[in-house]
Amino acid sequence: MKQWKTILAAAALALASSTAAMAARTDLVLGMPLEPPHLDPTAGAAAAIDEVLYANVFEGLTRIGSRGEVLPDLAESWTISDDGKTYTFKLRSGVKFHDGSDFDASDVKFSLDRARGETSVNAQKGLFAPIDSVEVVDPATVKVTLKNPLGSFLYNLGWGDAVIVAPETAETNKEKPVGTGPFKFQNWAKGSSITLVKADGYWGDPVALDKAEFRIIPDAAAAIPALLSGDVQALPNFALGDALAQVKADPRFKVVIGTTEGETVLSTNNKRPPFDNLKVRQAIAHALDRKALIDGATGGLGTPIGSHFAPHNPAYVDLTGTYPHDVAKAKELLKEAGLPDGFKATLKLPPVGYARQGGEIVASQLREIGIDLQIIPVEWADWLKQVFTDKDYDLSIVSHTEPNDIDIYARKDYYFNYDNPAFNKVIDELNLTSDEAKRAELYKQAQKILADDAVNGFLFELPKVGIWDAKVEGLWENSPIQANDLTKVKWAD
Amino acid sequence: MTAYLLKRLLIGAATLVVASVVVFLMLEVVPGDPARVMLGMNASEAQVELLRDQMGLNQPLIVRYLDWARGLLSLDFGKSYTYSVPVIDLVKERFVVSFPLAIIALALSTLIAIPIGLFAAARRGRAGDTAAMAVAQIGVAMPNFWFALLLVYVFAVWLRLVPAGGFPGWGAGAWPALKALVLPAVALALPQAAILARVTRAALVEVLGEDYIRTARAKGMPMRAVMWRHALRNALIPVLTIMGLQFAFLLAGTIIIENVFYLPGLGRLVFQAITQRDLIVVESVVMLLVAAVIVVNLLVDLSYALVDPRLRTRQ
Repeated sequence: MKQWKTILAAAALALASSTAAMAARTDLVLGMPLEPPHLDPTAGAAAAIDEVLYANVFEGLTRIGSRGEVLPDLAESWTISDDGKTYTFKLRSGVKFHDGSDFDASDVKFSLDRARGETSVNAQKGLFAPIDSVEVVDPATVKVTLKNPLGSFLYNLGWGDAVIVAPETAETNKEKPVGTGPFKFQNWAKGSSITLVKADGYWGDPVALDKAEFRIIPDAAAAIPALLSGDVQALPNFALGDALAQVKADPRFKVVIGTTEGETVLSTNNKRPPFDNLKVRQAIAHALDRKALIDGATGGLGTPIGSHFAPHNPAYVDLTGTYPHDVAKAKELLKEAGLPDGFKATLKLPPVGYARQGGEIVASQLREIGIDLQIIPVEWADWLKQVFTDKDYDLSIVSHTEPNDIDIYARKDYYFNYDNPAFNKVIDELNLTSDEAKRAELYKQAQKILADDAVNGFLFELPKVGIWDAKVEGLWENSPIQANDLTKVKWAD
Repeated sequence: MTAYLLKRLLIGAATLVVASVVVFLMLEVVPGDPARVMLGMNASEAQVELLRDQMGLNQPLIVRYLDWARGLLSLDFGKSYTYSVPVIDLVKERFVVSFPLAIIALALSTLIAIPIGLFAAARRGRAGDTAAMAVAQIGVAMPNFWFALLLVYVFAVWLRLVPAGGFPGWGAGAWPALKALVLPAVALALPQAAILARVTRAALVEVLGEDYIRTARAKGMPMRAVMWRHALRNALIPVLTIMGLQFAFLLAGTIIIENVFYLPGLGRLVFQAITQRDLIVVESVVMLLVAAVIVVNLLVDLSYALVDPRLRTRQ
């Protein structure tokens, strides 16, 4: 009996001390489904790279905040010349790279010149194309001259692809990233996890976490038990599907559904008959039932969209009513297009849940108006080749996750095969405009043109599904840019 | 014996050459461009072309094959397109997970299967046999990812005895590393054990009908001794064959279990490399696996000679 008491007392003590330890917790393990191919945000398009390093290890002149706003980062402030072509950045002082070297204007010049250089393989090289020259005025001042005014230039500098790197370490960042951020890279166990630790002597507000580990968990079915067992404490952006229901009601966790920049569209080959006919595209738009699609492909979590624009953006207009769900109208339009009996086409689907599930629903909805879709599942590399590069497709479903990317419809030879001079004119004008109100007006025009033209089937904005320990605070609710910003993350006492 | 060994080695080498051509050509046929995969949807075609140049992908097929094959001969497996580190380093990191896992799983499966096989064969047609084989049948039919998840929920979520997945690395100490391998090893071993138990039983049943078994029993040898000394030894050849095949599978065919336990094993390395079109990694790892299978088969053949003295003298 006495023995039992001792054991109980010991257990109680252990429990008490472990809760005490919990209160002072300064480490966090986050689960993510895809492993970054390497750790250099300036040399790859994979979202996973930015999801580990953006704002944590690497910083740019500006950065994008949790609501999608442009914030000063390594540039403390800036002035823009009256003609909108010259940006003079005042840099922050006392900033050091994690290898101990000082950050100054020459690093900015190096980084921007490297990104736009001839041999650059920066995945967003287009962001830097408008730059005419980068000049070091003094160690704390950089002058960037543009070929023409560009309204979104400060936003563009906030992309992960525009972070500032040091010339000494630029070539080895893929394996051993060296940045200026509040966390420094510690270890990458390939296939397993990436560990960051607090950097000493960080210029900004000190971070609360001492250590953050990103663990690669490829399977949603495995991510839930990892969370339940306490091995990981946060799944900040995980397409969990049905597994979500399992933890939704559990008070130990917070389930946070946010928005992303992922416009999910029924990509349409606008040059290939019969999709080159506006009436056919309008018929498809009328045949789509977004509600059923969102319920089936995202568990009801996506937001319907009527054009290629994120609903959380201030310049968003709701155009979902342009072609409301109306099967009779759709059939009518097909008849007017000379296809009263419908037609056959293919639907190539990349290997992501929303596309594969959404594809089945789209196929059944279009069957109602006589369009018989053959579903062809393809893997990602295959999709990029067949659909994106070779444009050998009729229809596809994919989420366009780059922020503010309505300008892709103005690109020559983009895989939608859409070419509308009126739309291109709006985008050109947008590029030359920096006044926010005017820009919003132009964005609205652009959205309207795309909606009216029914360029693609505009389906829904991809949701960001995040789950984390109820005591973890400061993780982003939305995903205005691909990132897991840990700078404000802490454990509640 | 030496001639036999030489012949086997020659066949092995020829297999490697054929495999290298097949693997290389197959990956050429698969659509997809590693440069485009890396640069994503926002990069221009000119830029993708630039990266292809930097990766050396624009050289003619035959030049790339010979470069790669020459590298293989000098044990240089090339550099990964996506990770930009030597392939051999990637393989080493994964091998220290996959190899111990395969060994543990195989040992577990053998330790479970052989006694069950002996038990069932000794009671052929009786209740014990039926029961044992019914259990084995369930083991064969059970999907291993489902069984793996069941193990995770019981031992990691509920009892919290082991982590739900992941691998801390051997640097974290032998015990934490082994702990991370326990559940995956069990999940891998049980279905394999079920198969192995059935094979063991079938082989034993056949041997038990032989004359020398009856002779041994007739001279008064106890059943137990007959089973171990005469029957099992003679039944081992099919069992060893299956074990050889299972080991090859366990080394790289365990992608599903690696996913459920998010282990950084060889199976996932290959899978990831295929999706990213990291051709050189796929090619080189597949070649290493082909070599491993050849070696395992050779060892199995040699072990036949160990259990069956007749094979030692036969030419």
